[in-house]
Amino acid sequence: MSTIFGIPAPALYGQILIGLINGSFYALLSLGLAVIFGLLRVINFAHGAQYMLGAFAAYGLLNYAGIGYWPSLVLAPLIVGVVAIVIERTMLSRLYGLDPLYGLLLTFGLALIFEGVFRYWFGTSGKPYAPPPQLTGAFNLGFMFLPIYRGWVVVASLVICLGTWLLIEKTRLGAYLRAATENATLVQAFGVNVPRLLTLTYGLGAALAALAGVLAAPIYQVSPLMGTNLIIIVFAVVVVGGMGSILGAIVTGYVLGILEGLTKVFYPEASSIVIFVVMALVLLVRPAGLFGREA
Amino acid sequence: MQIPIKALAALALVGLLAAPFAVYPVLLMSVLCFALFACAFNLLIGYVGLLSFGHATFFGGAAYFTAHAVKVWGWDPLAGILLGALGAAALGLVVGFLAIRRQGIYFAMITLALGQMFAFICLQVPFTHGEDGIQGVPRGRLLGLVDLNEPLAMYYVTLAIFLFGYFAVWRIVNSPFGNILKAIRENERRAISLGYRVDRYKLGAFVMSAALAGLAGGTKAIVFQFATLTDVQWQMSGEVILMTLLGGIGTLIGPVVGAAFVIALQNYLASSDFPVTVLIGIIFVVCVLVFRRGIAGEVLEFLRQKKNRSLPS
Repeated sequence: MSTIFGIPAPALYGQILIGLINGSFYALLSLGLAVIFGLLRVINFAHGAQYMLGAFAAYGLLNYAGIGYWPSLVLAPLIVGVVAIVIERTMLSRLYGLDPLYGLLLTFGLALIFEGVFRYWFGTSGKPYAPPPQLTGAFNLGFMFLPIYRGWVVVASLVICLGTWLLIEKTRLGAYLRAATENATLVQAFGVNVPRLLTLTYGLGAALAALAGVLAAPIYQVSPLMGTNLIIIVFAVVVVGGMGSILGAIVTGYVLGILEGLTKVFYPEASSIVIFVVMALVLLVRPAGLFGREA
Repeated sequence: MQIPIKALAALALVGLLAAPFAVYPVLLMSVLCFALFACAFNLLIGYVGLLSFGHATFFGGAAYFTAHAVKVWGWDPLAGILLGALGAAALGLVVGFLAIRRQGIYFAMITLALGQMFAFICLQVPFTHGEDGIQGVPRGRLLGLVDLNEPLAMYYVTLAIFLFGYFAVWRIVNSPFGNILKAIRENERRAISLGYRVDRYKLGAFVMSAALAGLAGGTKAIVFQFATLTDVQWQMSGEVILMTLLGGIGTLIGPVVGAAFVIALQNYLASSDFPVTVLIGIIFVVCVLVFRRGIAGEVLEFLRQKKNRSLPS
């Protein structure tokens, strides 16, 4: 068996793959957070709960309505997006103009409610969700076996990240969004319906989280706690990447995921805190984050 | 109407001294520990405008230090609590040094992430005993004299520690140092242009807040005779935010009212089927949407308006 730095090669590749998959979820979630924060100036603490809701929506669609994976990939984000739009219209919109901390606290409360309710209904044990039959099995890449579903998650998240980035950088809607981020009053004066833009942005961000949740359902189990465990890491990713930056969120998400996977090979004890260590180091050197601008 | 502060304070003190004869002392001690924790937290959010989402680090960290010193090293309980507070201050210096580089929500997220890092460390290092925590901490004898296994004795010691901490917060807030903190909260740039080294003041306030939170955590470890992961995890940080928000941010009495309310509620709900986190979440949402001043804040505002109305126009 070949080894790299004294580590068996398959173990190394395996951990890099796991890191890449975790990184895909970090990237998807921090991307949604960045989009929401960019325009609404709200740290969406409910992002983890919305990810969990996405996974449960897919689980519910399958078990109560017999709707499978592929339609769920569209339906679950739609459902969660609509819920998010209602939340934005009825609650978040009352807080604009106040200290942004209130947005953080409100979404924190919402996260507690969602997680509490689902824990009450489903308990804390995970529910299995089978991957679609088209994506079961494994590829032989020559140097390792790649489970097809995991490869699909990496490809899908890359495509979604790229798509969102293009939407914001290259389309008219994205141009409005970027302009409103800079100066909402001025953009409104040009006749753009900024409140609707805010609502749509929050819905889109939440839908992205839900989509990540559906992708995650067959890999991790569907559990009320899945979002809680992830969101703090995603916050650290966002701090490292730099809050305002969409590109930063994506790149940092993948890089830190892989770094975490590599740590698991070389020094397993540190793997759960390596991201926070990186965060502390980045804060020492560049308080605004790697891709952020100094506020 | 002039609020008779001194008379109210005397009345409250008599009430606190007599309380264990009317209410279950353990519940009261729990309220006192968390009230002190919330006061320490409020020192930052209410007077410097910094929302720390990682205060469980100092509360729970101190609980571990105290529990270990008293149980394994056989220290006097008071010395153990002191060690907890000092340890929390040291942790506060590290976390504060990193976190005060950013403001507002960034500050909140950084403290949250660092707090979670500390929780991971607590899960890993041997002396905290991982998932089990440090259990069966002996209450011992205070300075070798007073037997703390006596509930009343323990209550009065807890009360004394709480009053000490509360007085410390009051003293800090009403000092020149406290006024500079308020100036930083109101307009940081102006404070900088006036020549204050804002970062040092913020770090100073952070360390003081951490030390007081540690005082609360250490006391809690002696009162309940254990320290576990629950004390350091971010849910605990959320709970202390809720207590302060519900009671009234930036008022001295608010955190105490909020802590009493939340502890009483949890105690009441513990026997029922209703999930506590859902209710806590609902209170959060309601507070943020319609009740931002909190209970004490609303009462004070009501009194202030009443006073203004009675003035001749």
